[in-house]
Amino acid sequence: MKPIIATGVIALAAALSSGQAFANKADDTLHTAFSKELETTDFYFQSAREGTILARQVWDGLVYRDQKTGEYTGNLASSWEWIDDTTLEFKLREGIKFHNGEEFDADDVVYTVNYVVNPDNHVVVPGNVNWMKSAEKIDKYTVRIHTNGPFPAALEYLAGLVSIYPNEYYAEVGPTGMGQKPVGTGPYMVESVDPGKHYVLKKYDDYHDSPKGKASIGTIDIRTIPDVNTQMAELFSGGIDMIWNVPSDQAAQLKTMDQFTVSNESTMRIGYITMDAAGRGGENPFQKKEVREAVGYAIDRQAIVDNLLQGSSKVVPSACYPSQFGCEQDVKAYPYDPEKAKALLAEAGYPDGFTIDFYAYRDRPYAEAMMAYLAEVGIKTDLNFLQYSALREMQQKGNAGFGFLTWGSNSIADVSAITSLFFKFGNQDFARDEEVKNWLDAGDKTVDGEVRKESYSKALKKIAEEAYWIPLFSYNTNYVFTKEVDFTPTPDEIVRFFEMSWK
Amino acid sequence: MLAFALKRLGLAVLVTITVSVISFSLLHLSGDPATAIAGENATEADIAAINEQYGFDRPLAEQYADWLWNAVQGDFGQSYYFKLPVAQLISDRLSVTMTLGVCAISFALLTAVPLGVLAAIRPNSLIDRVALFISVAGQAMPSFWFGLIMIVVFSIKFRLLPPSGSETWQHFIMPTIVLGYYAMPAIMRLTRAGMLEVLNADYIRTARAKGAGAARVLFKHALRNAIVPVVSLAAVQMGFMLGGSIVVESIFALHGAGYLAWESIGRHDLPTVQALILIFSCFYILFTLLSDLANAWLDPRIRVG
Repeated sequence: MKPIIATGVIALAAALSSGQAFANKADDTLHTAFSKELETTDFYFQSAREGTILARQVWDGLVYRDQKTGEYTGNLASSWEWIDDTTLEFKLREGIKFHNGEEFDADDVVYTVNYVVNPDNHVVVPGNVNWMKSAEKIDKYTVRIHTNGPFPAALEYLAGLVSIYPNEYYAEVGPTGMGQKPVGTGPYMVESVDPGKHYVLKKYDDYHDSPKGKASIGTIDIRTIPDVNTQMAELFSGGIDMIWNVPSDQAAQLKTMDQFTVSNESTMRIGYITMDAAGRGGENPFQKKEVREAVGYAIDRQAIVDNLLQGSSKVVPSACYPSQFGCEQDVKAYPYDPEKAKALLAEAGYPDGFTIDFYAYRDRPYAEAMMAYLAEVGIKTDLNFLQYSALREMQQKGNAGFGFLTWGSNSIADVSAITSLFFKFGNQDFARDEEVKNWLDAGDKTVDGEVRKESYSKALKKIAEEAYWIPLFSYNTNYVFTKEVDFTPTPDEIVRFFEMSWK
Repeated sequence: MLAFALKRLGLAVLVTITVSVISFSLLHLSGDPATAIAGENATEADIAAINEQYGFDRPLAEQYADWLWNAVQGDFGQSYYFKLPVAQLISDRLSVTMTLGVCAISFALLTAVPLGVLAAIRPNSLIDRVALFISVAGQAMPSFWFGLIMIVVFSIKFRLLPPSGSETWQHFIMPTIVLGYYAMPAIMRLTRAGMLEVLNADYIRTARAKGAGAARVLFKHALRNAIVPVVSLAAVQMGFMLGGSIVVESIFALHGAGYLAWESIGRHDLPTVQALILIFSCFYILFTLLSDLANAWLDPRIRVG
């Protein structure tokens, strides 16, 4: 009920609004909002999108991934090479200083890596870093990272998930101190942190010659405003200049007003339907391939995209996000064909369909649309809408095998961040296909790009052929900002304040 | 009187412990805390590591006993989510909530009591009807809706007040009205009903007969008696406002304790939730006690009894 009424309020607000935007350009401060209370600004001790966004402003990685070309360029490192399958050597840039004046050199890299990979330090998402075994100083500006076995996506992870900390400062203040006064080498310095509530960033004038480029806007002021309607009210009244994650119906309304730019960009998150093909939760209809295929044919995914997700969302054919490395697109497709679905169900011995529990944890309208399509071919579903943690716990025990879930891959542009997580006999793997697992292993454990592509292609083709998953669609985000702000969003869902400027 | 007070205090402690045991069990039953802490992008290995780190794999009773032992020594532990001491986190948030709660209950009392008295003096008059309308509207209107309407009018249309935040006193005006309005109808109706009853009592007629002024009769004789149940109600409302101003805190981005409690439940931030529940229960007890004292002062019969 709430969203419907709320939409009405905003429509009213739009009608009442006098149409003038307050200028924050004058004091060179971009005001914006997080929807969620960020745990801590110490990147390694949080798991939120907001934390990743802040980290990109404040810290640098050894390498940087160019969003336009997808190529890796040096950031804190100037060059690198694989010494062998498990050793990556970096030459570091000289003359870089942290925000507190501390000099950047090999010691910082070695300290950061060895700190985060140490299980005693309990970083929140160990999977982001525990592919590294250790780091080793060769000389002041040369450092080697040793991996636990071949890890072909190393550069991608280093670019996105390994922020380099100042060793002396971090040794002194630890995660709590870093959470209250973050210090990095990035384009923005942190001026103040009010935990969970308010963050102020200032442009770092001595920022090195990084591929990220120097920041243009002087100050970034971020407040946490949980309610999207309040965010919009702030936008209308000139309190903030930019918001994102705006629901598509409201974005459409804002688009009709001429003081805001509404920009839609896809994200790496995809939705999918998982089915208990392996029978982990006991005997069930999805153990028959025909039934799984029927689910694929039963759902008009394009219609869900067109009517519900809208924006730049697309139907995805394969069990990964299309631009991820190794994400084979030429796989068996399941176009909307309810008659074929019915025929397949009859063939599998369910001419009158069956009734089964269906699980979901977000985007209830999407789940309900799918249920309606399934009902049309005879699969009647009872919706169990749960908290994510509860659903995941059930799946770990082999239950809740039929459901609508999503995965954002941590913005890692590599299939090892999605397909390999779900199809290698982990506790969310309901396919349990030995062949698929072996192909994925082969792809994960070599640094040879061609071999990887080939292995992943085989795995993804079989996943589609067997209809273990029905991949649904990619998600999108609406960014809304005042006309004074110049900004181009990227599909990795990371807002780069340092790329923004005033018009 | 002292024995009575001690007995009540003992009961209150038992209630607090029961509440915390129930909430502790419910939080553990409602989903895996490790999964919630690890976040949506966590892999299974991540979750296993967290289970081990926080000791979620231990028996529930043992975990609770651990928490209780530390809590009675004043150590509420670290927030799983914010990685900050819970005491520090809560004291910060509580000040916002207290400010809002005190302002809102004052607003409610200052508007509801006079309106209730006026309505009682002239029952079924225009003023009574208007007061009735105001209270029905207040009861019927959801806070989030009223809050948004306020924002639309005062922040967007007239640009008089900031829509969200807690930096200045202006930020508290709209939340105070929205939250206070929610408590107002009950207080007003109770004042009106009490006044109507009292104004028809024999002693009021006596007071009037002996020539006491209208104001003196109204305030000294009537209101003082009619207000006793209102004080008890206000105390309960105040307790509710501290823990239950979630919607208002969320809409106006106030980051108070109510919103923190609500969010912490979703995040399975057990130390924070447990500490907040303890504090909220203590507040309830404190306000009930205060209202008893206030009533004893207002009504000598309670003092003697």
